[in-house]
Amino acid sequence: MNRPVAPATGGGRIRTRLPFPTAARPAVADTQLRANLHRATRTIRGKRARVVDEVPDWEALRDAGSAIKADVQRRLPELLEQFEASATAAGATVHWARDAAEACRIVVELTRATGADEVVKVKSMATQEIELNEALEAAGIAAYETDLAELIVQLGDDTPSHILVPAIHYNRAQIREIFQRRMPDVPADLSDEPSALAEAARAHLRRRFLSARVAVSGANFAIADTGTLVVVESEGNGRMCLTLPETLISVVGVEKLLPTFTDLEVFLQLLPRSSTGERMNPYTSMWTGVTPGDGPQDVHVVLVDNGRSAVLADPVGRPALSCIRCSACLNVCPVYERAGGHAYGSVYPGPIGAILSPQLTGVADNASLPYASTLCGACYDVCPVKINIPEILVHLRQQAPHPLAERATMGVLSWVMRSPRRWAAALRLARAGAGPLGAYRQRRTGARTLRRLPWPASAWTRSRDLPLPAPQTFREWWGKQ
Amino acid sequence: MVGEAVTARDEILARLRTALADDPPPVEVPRRYRRVGDRPDPVAILVDRLEDYRAVVHHGIGALPGLLAEVGRLAVPVDVPADWLAGCPGQVYRDAPPLSPADLDAMDAVLTGCAVAVAETGTIILDAGPAQGRRALTLVPDRHICVVRADQVVGLLPEALTRLDPRAAQTWISGPSATSDIELNRVEGVHGPRRLEIVLVGGTSGA
Repeated sequence: MNRPVAPATGGGRIRTRLPFPTAARPAVADTQLRANLHRATRTIRGKRARVVDEVPDWEALRDAGSAIKADVQRRLPELLEQFEASATAAGATVHWARDAAEACRIVVELTRATGADEVVKVKSMATQEIELNEALEAAGIAAYETDLAELIVQLGDDTPSHILVPAIHYNRAQIREIFQRRMPDVPADLSDEPSALAEAARAHLRRRFLSARVAVSGANFAIADTGTLVVVESEGNGRMCLTLPETLISVVGVEKLLPTFTDLEVFLQLLPRSSTGERMNPYTSMWTGVTPGDGPQDVHVVLVDNGRSAVLADPVGRPALSCIRCSACLNVCPVYERAGGHAYGSVYPGPIGAILSPQLTGVADNASLPYASTLCGACYDVCPVKINIPEILVHLRQQAPHPLAERATMGVLSWVMRSPRRWAAALRLARAGAGPLGAYRQRRTGARTLRRLPWPASAWTRSRDLPLPAPQTFREWWGKQ
Repeated sequence: MVGEAVTARDEILARLRTALADDPPPVEVPRRYRRVGDRPDPVAILVDRLEDYRAVVHHGIGALPGLLAEVGRLAVPVDVPADWLAGCPGQVYRDAPPLSPADLDAMDAVLTGCAVAVAETGTIILDAGPAQGRRALTLVPDRHICVVRADQVVGLLPEALTRLDPRAAQTWISGPSATSDIELNRVEGVHGPRRLEIVLVGGTSGA
């Protein structure tokens, strides 16, 4: 087969239904939500800064992490084949899914083949992305989220709003209310102390863990040369799912590969400190196919494209595939802190979502997301794999469709600015036209700016002030000296 | 040979090859980070980190009988060293034949060793090697007592990886089960063992 096959965009929960500014409006007006997000992101920013500052070679680790991921992207086809061969040799069955629907179909069929009508789940962005829980439910299979935050979101009939802490938008009192409403076995006098809420989750899931026959997970890393999968977690719900059931199905985006086991020495230093602000997360599990007498004996890996090939095809946007889902960029982002995760409409919110979602779907389908940023660059500074998010945002803004009036204006401006003579003439003309207005605004408001222009230019001034021409340009002043 | 039914595997690999049509240049990975710890007394650093996670650290194998005195039902791997159990008054359950999840849930504690421990991150790594048992053994009981020898402690993560078999099923443990899911504050005690106790043997601060 020599005919080239075009990279394809993906489906699932990665599309905005409303433009970002519209979707963000109710969130920005919700003072409780703003308070919850402010408190949580401030806490995690402080923790991250403390544990990153104590690592003298942090920048060297970032450089290595960034380079390893660039190498993976360059060699992705061969590394995937290597992973498949290693995992298969170790007793795993490797499946491939072109898109979300195909991935869901594979998991449903594998679950059905076991005869089970329920699965326990480890928190996984990939399964949120492909909307696996909905697909399982449609097939008559109950999916139980076991991560505390995912459990809160599932019981609250809500959707995740953060990569690491999907329930970041709830405070402890709201979580207690959800538990009291949806957990039949919860004590009537449940307090809103985090330790009491954690205890309630333990009691609620304990029996389910001990009797589960099928588990579904994602993976943080997949090691090409050994066929090993790695899951990083805190609570032990991951260990329960990865160890006790007979069948384990792991849904893994193709970009999750690392070439060698040794590369974990970089990523298992970068991820926990960037993510939860800990020196190390409480539990990390690694398994390679089937281990006789230890853990699941029926092990499956579903490798998912779902738009990743389209991201890979853009040399500027490609580094978005380096993301290790730590969520440090969300926690420092002034836009995320105010708008929250739901406004982004995709399972991937925040700065990384603003570059990843539009590339997974094609920019036209998520055209407002590259603008959901102030380009302040805080995300780039904290990214453990040095993804230049502002650069990719600007690149995607160029690809997004622009209104006719804006394109026409920019076309004229570009023509004017290409010639010094035309530019000087235009400035003279503008000053003659706007001079009295500028003087008037200066007297009235102390600034030579217009707040609102008539349609269609109102679209421009909705979120910007328009400066009026100065009484004298620098070049005029220079000419007189 | 264009088959009408192209497999998902072949199609995905073909898409990715097309996506790399710009032929990105080879990447040299700079490994300028620390590969070997340079701080004295890694055991003391390990203790500091573990206690920061609210694990309880005991010094010397002589601490074991005291810990086991309050354990009624103790799970152990088949190859647990006999001297660790000296004076254990409770019932000892060896994991052979394998204890069921319900059996494990009825245990008061599990006692194991480990493969290697990382000082700087406060991490105990089990790889199903000697005195460690399978993964479920150290997961279901609510209290995990882990014996760590001073010669198993390394300074940094890269040193630990060289001592591990990548293909062995591994569990890395850094403190008791915890969550940061409520307002991003860490609280200990969710699904994994809520008590993690480390018995340090040998070395400068052990016996």
